[in-house]
Amino acid sequence: MQISTRRHDTATIFDVSGDIDFANSPEMRQSVLREIRKSRTARVIVNLRQVRYIDSSGVASLIEGLKASHDLGSRFILIGLSTSAREALQLSRLIKVFEIYDNEEQALAT
Amino acid sequence: MPQMKTFPRPMESNDQQNKSGQRGGLLLMLAVYSNPRLLSAVRGAVERLTETLGFSAVQCRSITRAVDEALANIMRHTYDNRLDQPIALYFRSAKRCQQGEIESGLEILICDRGRAIDMNTLRGRPLDQIRPGGLGLHLIRQAMDIVEFTRKGLTNQLRLVKYLAQTSNAA
Repeated sequence: MQISTRRHDTATIFDVSGDIDFANSPEMRQSVLREIRKSRTARVIVNLRQVRYIDSSGVASLIEGLKASHDLGSRFILIGLSTSAREALQLSRLIKVFEIYDNEEQALAT
Repeated sequence: MPQMKTFPRPMESNDQQNKSGQRGGLLLMLAVYSNPRLLSAVRGAVERLTETLGFSAVQCRSITRAVDEALANIMRHTYDNRLDQPIALYFRSAKRCQQGEIESGLEILICDRGRAIDMNTLRGRPLDQIRPGGLGLHLIRQAMDIVEFTRKGLTNQLRLVKYLAQTSNAA
């Protein structure tokens, strides 16, 4: 799993790639929470287009990111969900909790 | 290099499913240490095996997810994040007769030698609560037809079974 961070005018964008599982979800959680609290942008966007698999610990990390963002008045947006990532959110009945768009342009335009 | 540990062997169960059906032979065995970095290797093997057995793409992903979540639970809760503890996975063909139809499937036994699990902790959390944690067991139960936990002696065994779509008995 690799994660990198970009800044846009109104958004912090995380580009994640690889599998998010029990081995590396703590690293993703730490990176996302640290940057959310530091940047305090209006939008936090997590780009999962290159993520092939996400397990329940990865979903839990996204929930923590969502809560941290909302606590700071930011929107927390997921984009580019793979079939597997979408299934993980659907099976855990959390798909409706997240704001989800197909791509970055849509996420920034709303 | 850690000392080579003896990997746990599966227990024979006497449940109703096995009485009414029949158990096939061993398809695959994996012996791994409790290091989360090995999870991706196991996922790869399970996904290929389920594809080979004819499960649909959705079922292949869900069975793979169930095994991944089960292993992560063992690493985290049974072995308390120690990296060098033995886990053995046995994949066997399974069959049962349901209303005159033969169903083929896959039985997966996941065995460890960690501490005994408190059955109350295996319930998972209510899904209407939006908070991290407690999702793994729900994902396992949603994916599999049978989920059973047994402890015998020093061995924990999780038995997961998934059946393929029915085929005609006469075929």
